[in-house]
Amino acid sequence: MSDAFVFDENYAARAETIVARYPEGRQQSAVIPLLDLAQRQAGGWLPTDVIEYVATYLDMPRIRVLEVASFYSMFNLEPVGKNFVQLCRTTPCWLRGSDDLRAVARDVTGCELGETSADGAFTVVEVECLGACCNAPMVQINDEYYEDLTADRFKNVLEALKRGEVPDPGSQSGRVGSEPTGERATLNGAGANAGEGA
Amino acid sequence: MLQDKDRIFQNLYAQDDWRLKGAKRRGIWDNTKELIERGRETLVNEMKESGLRGRGGAGFPTGVKWSFMPSEEHRDERPHYLVVNADESEPGTCKDREILRYDPHTLVEGCLVAGFAMGANVAYVYVRGEFYSEASHLQQAIDEAYEAGLIGPNACNSGWDFDVYLHRGAGAYICGEETALLESLEGKKGQPRLKPPFPAACGLYGCPTTVNNVETIAVAPTILRRGPSWFASFGRENNTGTKIFSISGHVNNPCNVEEEMSIPLKELIEKHAGGVRGGWDNLQAVIPGGSSTPCLSKNICDNVLMDFDGLREHNTGLGTAAVIVIDKSADMVEAIARLSHFYRHESCGQCTPCREGMGWVYRVMKRLVTGDAEIEEIDMLWEVTKQIEGHTICALADGGVWPVQGLIRHFRPELERRILERKTGSAPAQAAE
Repeated sequence: MSDAFVFDENYAARAETIVARYPEGRQQSAVIPLLDLAQRQAGGWLPTDVIEYVATYLDMPRIRVLEVASFYSMFNLEPVGKNFVQLCRTTPCWLRGSDDLRAVARDVTGCELGETSADGAFTVVEVECLGACCNAPMVQINDEYYEDLTADRFKNVLEALKRGEVPDPGSQSGRVGSEPTGERATLNGAGANAGEGA
Repeated sequence: MLQDKDRIFQNLYAQDDWRLKGAKRRGIWDNTKELIERGRETLVNEMKESGLRGRGGAGFPTGVKWSFMPSEEHRDERPHYLVVNADESEPGTCKDREILRYDPHTLVEGCLVAGFAMGANVAYVYVRGEFYSEASHLQQAIDEAYEAGLIGPNACNSGWDFDVYLHRGAGAYICGEETALLESLEGKKGQPRLKPPFPAACGLYGCPTTVNNVETIAVAPTILRRGPSWFASFGRENNTGTKIFSISGHVNNPCNVEEEMSIPLKELIEKHAGGVRGGWDNLQAVIPGGSSTPCLSKNICDNVLMDFDGLREHNTGLGTAAVIVIDKSADMVEAIARLSHFYRHESCGQCTPCREGMGWVYRVMKRLVTGDAEIEEIDMLWEVTKQIEGHTICALADGGVWPVQGLIRHFRPELERRILERKTGSAPAQAAE
């Protein structure tokens, strides 16, 4: 084991900014954002000593922080791979073929659901609705959404990641957001296509 | 059809710059000071006149909700809070996401105006944790607004001090329930609180609080600027205004679109989403307002109007206006069983009927997919869903059983067919997975 966990300079500054958003004496409000920061610095999951560090930082009983860490699905209490692949399984994605994506994930990464690949490059899990239903089926990989997937498009995304590249997130069918494909009945006026996607 | 000039979200498709410069070009932050100068009471009354009903699912009249906050004469030393619910997680729903990433200034301006109208000097925007880049856009919009003096001390030179803070969640559907959201914002597990006391009396940190959906807050400045009668001129009485509809599932062109309330479902799907895959007659069912709302069979979809009253007539609801279209190729029972799986996963575990009931319902649904059940179990399932409904602290369990009730109401023959076919030895026509 390395030295005891502490926020590095960058994360310490961000933690301070976050805690300042809440009133005096209400710093417990920052527990979710701080666990998120801690998980990022710790490599994608929350070992016990990291949870304890956040508890001390916020002057909270450790059990209250552990309770939060185990309640919310975005906190990982076990190590995950470099690319944390979350396949949406809920009805809107399923209707548009999310089951096909599961097969692709297995073929490319070698992971069954819940597994991490031997080289630590991928963890694949199935999750509930991620809220991008008009761009279904979709997956989340680390912080990014990959949308409008087909088996082939998803395969391309995963293979790029395997090569160490970071494929452009968002729609993989060429859409900007959730506008209808092709001709549309609305918002065709001035300003069309004047913006940058992100 | 609603005309473009009457659309509130002019940048829904990211055709323009989402940052402050683009937002100002589209009329956002235009003389916001004048709105505030009208005074709290006028703003609340105008919101009431507009007929706006909350866009997060429950459809409570917004102006009335704001009026529950203590007035200036009756307020005590406690601060007031506006909390914006951006924990968008209802399956099918992806409209707030577009506001956050492509028109975040509508929300920031809305926070100021709504916050002032309820006597709040602080707003927290609770964004679902998975919306990482969306939260980042919102934070940039907040930063720009501070820098331009639009929020902060003496916001827009109105004399009103106003802070807006982003708060990111970490993955829990239940935090979309307003009191669970407040618990979560206080740094706890997201488990709903008993009501009363209602948040307007005792909410965040025990202070008067109003929780509103993103879309509700984001439309407020435009309604006030253009006038309540302008907004009320769209849709039917008691169902007024414009609304973002999320159309997903088996349509040719899934999309978000802002339309007039009370638009016929068929027109909505055909005009904006390219129609049902394989044509209208290939339609099997529609879930009209997010996963919690019971499905409708095709014959009802032919004529139903998309508003609160029109859908209530058919034992369902407008919810978040997330239209999930299911064509005849889909296994309807599996489509609903997946939702049961969702609610089982998302139950916070606080109330027994929900914690145990969602799991039980899912297990029965799973058997109904393959027909591995007795005919009587359909009635038993119906009965149990009625026992669960209304017997928990929050509405998650209600939302969990309503889709099952909708399935039994409209697809009972299909459920029976599978059971009988299994009994007689022939495999169901549509086997699951």
